[in-house]
Amino acid sequence: MDRVLFGDNQFFGVNHMSEDKARAQAMHFQTTQAIIDVLDAAHQEGIRTFMCTTHDRMSEICDYFRANRDRYPDYKFYPCMPYAHKYANAVTEHGMIEALRMFLPQGGAMSAMLKGGVALAGKDVETIMQLLIDAEMKMFHDLDTPVVFMQNVITDLLLGLRMNDTFRMFHDHVRKKYQAEPGFITMNVPRLLDVLDSLGIENPIVCANINKIGFRMCGGKEHYEQTIATRRFRPVAMSVLASGAIAPREAIEYVCRQPRVEAIVFGASSRGNIRQTKALIDELSINQGAA
Amino acid sequence: MIRTAMVGLGKMGLSHLAILRAHPALEVVAGCDSSAYLTDILSKYSGLKCHADFDRMLDEEKLDALVVATPSKLHATMVEAALKRGLHVFCEKPFVLDVADGQRLVAMAEAKGLVNQVGYHFRFVGAFKEAARLVKAGVLGAVHHVRIEAFGPVVLRPKGATWRSAKSEGGGALYDYACHAIDLVNFVVGAPAAVDGVVRRGIFSRDVDDEVYCTLRYADGASGQLSVNWSDESFRKMSTKISVWGTHGRITADRQECQIFLRELHPALPDASKGWTVRYTTDLTEEVWYYLRGEEYSAQIDYFAESIVKGRTQGENTFRSALEADRIVSMITGQSVGNPPPPGAQAVRKGVLARMFK
Repeated sequence: MDRVLFGDNQFFGVNHMSEDKARAQAMHFQTTQAIIDVLDAAHQEGIRTFMCTTHDRMSEICDYFRANRDRYPDYKFYPCMPYAHKYANAVTEHGMIEALRMFLPQGGAMSAMLKGGVALAGKDVETIMQLLIDAEMKMFHDLDTPVVFMQNVITDLLLGLRMNDTFRMFHDHVRKKYQAEPGFITMNVPRLLDVLDSLGIENPIVCANINKIGFRMCGGKEHYEQTIATRRFRPVAMSVLASGAIAPREAIEYVCRQPRVEAIVFGASSRGNIRQTKALIDELSINQGAA
Repeated sequence: MIRTAMVGLGKMGLSHLAILRAHPALEVVAGCDSSAYLTDILSKYSGLKCHADFDRMLDEEKLDALVVATPSKLHATMVEAALKRGLHVFCEKPFVLDVADGQRLVAMAEAKGLVNQVGYHFRFVGAFKEAARLVKAGVLGAVHHVRIEAFGPVVLRPKGATWRSAKSEGGGALYDYACHAIDLVNFVVGAPAAVDGVVRRGIFSRDVDDEVYCTLRYADGASGQLSVNWSDESFRKMSTKISVWGTHGRITADRQECQIFLRELHPALPDASKGWTVRYTTDLTEEVWYYLRGEEYSAQIDYFAESIVKGRTQGENTFRSALEADRIVSMITGQSVGNPPPPGAQAVRKGVLARMFK
């Protein structure tokens, strides 16, 4: 994994600290070009991995990158699936089973539709999950996707429901079909690691909030620090600035101080902020002797 | 361990189930839903014992508590069945659709000394708690007006296929969305005595409301405005905002931040200066042991469990408190008439006079 990953919250009106700021960003990033301009800025700062949700608008971004391969020979995507609101809104509108049906293959090969119908009717959760993953991955065809993440709303829902087998299903399908490394985004790291351990999933990539004020680090900051130091997994730190609550240098210094944090994902909308954050990560990673 | 059952495993039900199963003091012994499809999957993949029949579940399982997350029309009967068996009950909002049912259930729960709580999770959101705290402490002086808005992209098309689009089931923006906003007003400034100027409209829905607007009237002469619209696609998700105006300033709060404008300093905010102080969710939110979608969902379940352990029957979000929201809903539908304040009652004049003669 690259050390610095670029996130997508700012593009889709997500800001965990301020709804007003979220809306302003949603307005600013109405056009695909506005998003690509920022990704270009990040690329020029040496950031070539985009960790993004499977928002419908992502397919336009993917089209652009497919059409401009020469300009971005080394570019990577880490899809995070599913974009929860898409499903939640569908469930509200249509009910759970109908919503599921909507997201299974609707057109295209007859066999795919049949497979979905049969799986749905037979409550074959593994096949349903595989088909949903395939549907989410479609937009990334012919792009480099070395890591595929399960989005935290789903990870933590399945975790709480104790549907542990679904983690193995996700893991296996991502590895087998996409030759990619599966990752899990979560707000509940220690709990998730216990379950992944029990399933024999070794050294998993786990993306979680890791920040100096312990914001949304369930189990507490000390517990997380201990977990990172002692358990075998590949941490990806997100929300390192706690949505703006911590000053950048202080925030990044804290994260870089944790042993074995493999990567840091952050989002920004201006070249200045991207440059500053990347520079801080580079500087403070070297100082800590991290990779 | 508090032996708990859950009835209603839809979108909210599953979220509650995950939180309940992750709670150290609660043991979910069984779940119940009318969808055999869903319960089959749950029992096979999560090991949850599932029942198809609610009454049989209550008969067969040894329980201490029940969580109700079924469509609103079913709340009253199910809550009653649980209370009759001496169970502590957590019920999703709105509490009931008929105020008379609610009064009966409040009396029953109180007579039996059972913990009773309704899922108005906004009362567990840090920014809203702070707004309520500051208003109660008097930082705004005499409160004369409150504005509550709730917008979201829930219904954007004419076709409605679930209980939420059926009036008889408790569907519609008034019962399903506005009740959150109404309870939040009750929490932050108190319950109004009457409503008027009611506008209710289906924009895409045929059978239910998609938007609701009205004026709120308080006994002391203060006023309020309610604006709820769940057919607004410009909002990515449900967005609720409350503003309170008083003689000493204004507070505006949403789920993420509490913005306070003070004309005069107040001891309840020792670090503030005159003018704007903004407090963010990162400052105001207490950590929870398990997070799913928002700290407030976990915090309210933790509160329920703690209430049972402590025997706290008069805590936050009781049936009695939640019934106030149902009363206001019934005023909005015209099913009941509130107590409009006498003409000439003006909160500000009282406030100014009171200060002059302090």
